[in-house]
Amino acid sequence: MSTALAAPAAYEGEWRPPYRGRIAMFALITGESALFTIFVVAYLFYIGKSLSGPTPQQVLEVPIFGTICLLSSSLTIWLAERAIARNRLNAFAFWLGFTICLGLIFLGGTAIEWHKLIYRDGLTISTNLFGTTYYSLVGLHASHVIIGLTMLTILFLFTIAGRVGEQHAERIAVLALYWHFVDAVWVVVFTVVYILGR
Amino acid sequence: MSENSLPLAGSIEAASSSGSAGTILEWLHEWVVTVDHKRLGILYIVYAIFFLLVAGAQAIAIRIQLAVPGNHFLSAQAYNRFFTMHGTTMVFLVGMPILFGFANYIVPLQVGARDMAFPRLNAFSFWLTAFGGLFLYYSFIGGGGLYGVGSAPDVGWWAYAPLTARAFSPGHATDYWALALILSGFGTLGTAINIIATVISMRCKGMTMMRLPLFSWLMLVVSGLTLVTITPLTAAQIMLVIDRYLGGHFFDTQAGGSAVVWMHFFWIFGHPEVYVLVLPAFGIANEVIPVFSRKAIFGYPAMVAASVGIAFISLSVWAHHMFTVGMTSFSNTFFVLSTMLVGIPTGIKIFNWLATIWGGKIRFATPMLFCTAFLFQFLLAGLTGIMLAVAPWNWQLHNSYFVVAHFHYVLVGAIVFCIFAAIYYWYPKATGRMLSEKLGKWHFWLFLIGFHVTFDTMHFLGILGMPRSIYTYQPDRGWNTLNMIVSLGGIIQAIAVLIFAFNLVWAYFRGKEAGNDPWDAWTLEWDTTSPPPSYNFAQEPIVRSRRPLWDVKHPEDPDWEYES
Repeated sequence: MSTALAAPAAYEGEWRPPYRGRIAMFALITGESALFTIFVVAYLFYIGKSLSGPTPQQVLEVPIFGTICLLSSSLTIWLAERAIARNRLNAFAFWLGFTICLGLIFLGGTAIEWHKLIYRDGLTISTNLFGTTYYSLVGLHASHVIIGLTMLTILFLFTIAGRVGEQHAERIAVLALYWHFVDAVWVVVFTVVYILGR
Repeated sequence: MSENSLPLAGSIEAASSSGSAGTILEWLHEWVVTVDHKRLGILYIVYAIFFLLVAGAQAIAIRIQLAVPGNHFLSAQAYNRFFTMHGTTMVFLVGMPILFGFANYIVPLQVGARDMAFPRLNAFSFWLTAFGGLFLYYSFIGGGGLYGVGSAPDVGWWAYAPLTARAFSPGHATDYWALALILSGFGTLGTAINIIATVISMRCKGMTMMRLPLFSWLMLVVSGLTLVTITPLTAAQIMLVIDRYLGGHFFDTQAGGSAVVWMHFFWIFGHPEVYVLVLPAFGIANEVIPVFSRKAIFGYPAMVAASVGIAFISLSVWAHHMFTVGMTSFSNTFFVLSTMLVGIPTGIKIFNWLATIWGGKIRFATPMLFCTAFLFQFLLAGLTGIMLAVAPWNWQLHNSYFVVAHFHYVLVGAIVFCIFAAIYYWYPKATGRMLSEKLGKWHFWLFLIGFHVTFDTMHFLGILGMPRSIYTYQPDRGWNTLNMIVSLGGIIQAIAVLIFAFNLVWAYFRGKEAGNDPWDAWTLEWDTTSPPPSYNFAQEPIVRSRRPLWDVKHPEDPDWEYES
């Protein structure tokens, strides 16, 4: 067993290492950023290299409304974080629900956009290079939105059931961090796909 | 440490204390459901040693095939499958699992924690990695069955496009390769995140970052590097799967795609991967060399800085694998220079290790023998690395056995030697028994001789123009004698590894009792029993210097008086 090292002498001074959940989320975000970087680089490299149509100029429409919704959801989840830290549970539930709604609107927008692209413009993942890179990059982001929404919804259900309190603020902040990341990635994807690539 | 950072205390206690009582089924059940970092570490290491023997057997089959010209021991098809599986297995199912296994076992002990930051994630990551490996090997029997060698991947561990396209690689061989590695890649990502959180957030009182043992420091750096290394491979493999299953065109040159993009993406992963494997080996040397030289490590802050430096530089050197592809002169120059830059931090490390040994009271126990050989071999591997980094020289030797010799000098001469050192060093901690020193010395000398016979000779084969990845050659090329020597060296290495495997089993039952601290070492893992109890430390340790056990053993001359 331990020897004199564990001498009961109290350690002088404060010893507070950072919260492990936060560190882990930052690590996950670093890894995810590398994943997205590769897809973004592939998209940028293949802009204009498709041998056949349709081209982005012909079929892409800028999803302004969905973008506004997704980006504002960063604000609403921050308000939710603040509410739970101050133990205002009703405000927390409201802002969390608001965030989920904004995320759902964004996803719905993507669904409508894809439906139009597939059925009206005849663009699928195997049509040309644009289709391949577009659906994989936007789809990768959308799958992250779905994962985030799933976790937020679970949290929302727990909140309604009255199982969430001030003591969970630190953990909720970690989840919010992921959501902020998903929003930040959209800024990059939006710039690359709808501004540079169009 | 904030609120409930530990798994349910009772469940672990019960799992590890019931011990010999109970049936084999119960014993197996305990190992399958365990979330204890020490058990998971052992699972990782046993899993990796199993695949080391498998991939080693593949290497021997390859060498038998190449020993004489015009041989028909393996068919061309089987040969392709064997060298692909040898490379893939050694990197993904041996190298990374064994090093993450050591990290799992040692890091929480070294930082004075009770377990990893996320024990359940830890178990999940291990089983993902394990299923990835089983899935990859299922390719031998799945798909086309056992005719020939089933549908094992045959596209090389780098899986260059367009060879991997549906048209050129029908069947499921390439899919096994991509899907198995995506799966184990997620496991690796989980472990890397876990190690980072453990090192940063689970340190015991007084364990500041500049008092952290260097092995833990290196594992922190490696985990950070893994985050940005494995994910590009996962991304590229997702693209490959999209190409193969959904008719995408990422690497389809007929639709405007590019095969060179695959090469870039693969080596953006592939080169830092070498450092993911070699940095833990440095970490092992950082623990073993001071303990067996009886001196504190020389230049601790420089060692930390050099490790971080290597990690950063390694992210900008990937295209030195692609000088023959035909890049611009600017790209060639950039990648020559950035590759040369790696020599600076690695040089700092070599000098620091030498300075640690210098004037020390050296004990040449087996771990130290392996680390001493590592120093020389890693230096030589670095020198051939600088040769290959020179673009014109590379144009001559690319895809020859010189390249094979160079990277095996790194992977075997440096990494495998350090892994053996680590097993001899920490086996007493994990099992409570010493490995046999006598067998250990046989293992070391035979392996050393076999290694040099094989890989020194391989350099000459490369200079004589023998290309890699060929399944046979004509007798009039002047390669016959050298190939036979290389193959004989392989056999000597195989004998050494079998002695090692025997030693592992023998010592488990008959080895000398180790006690808590058989090497008179200084880091926290030696402060607890061998094997440690499930809770690691009865009381949370408090440290005041980089060598807490030195302070305990020498209260009249503690380290913290000299460390600022």
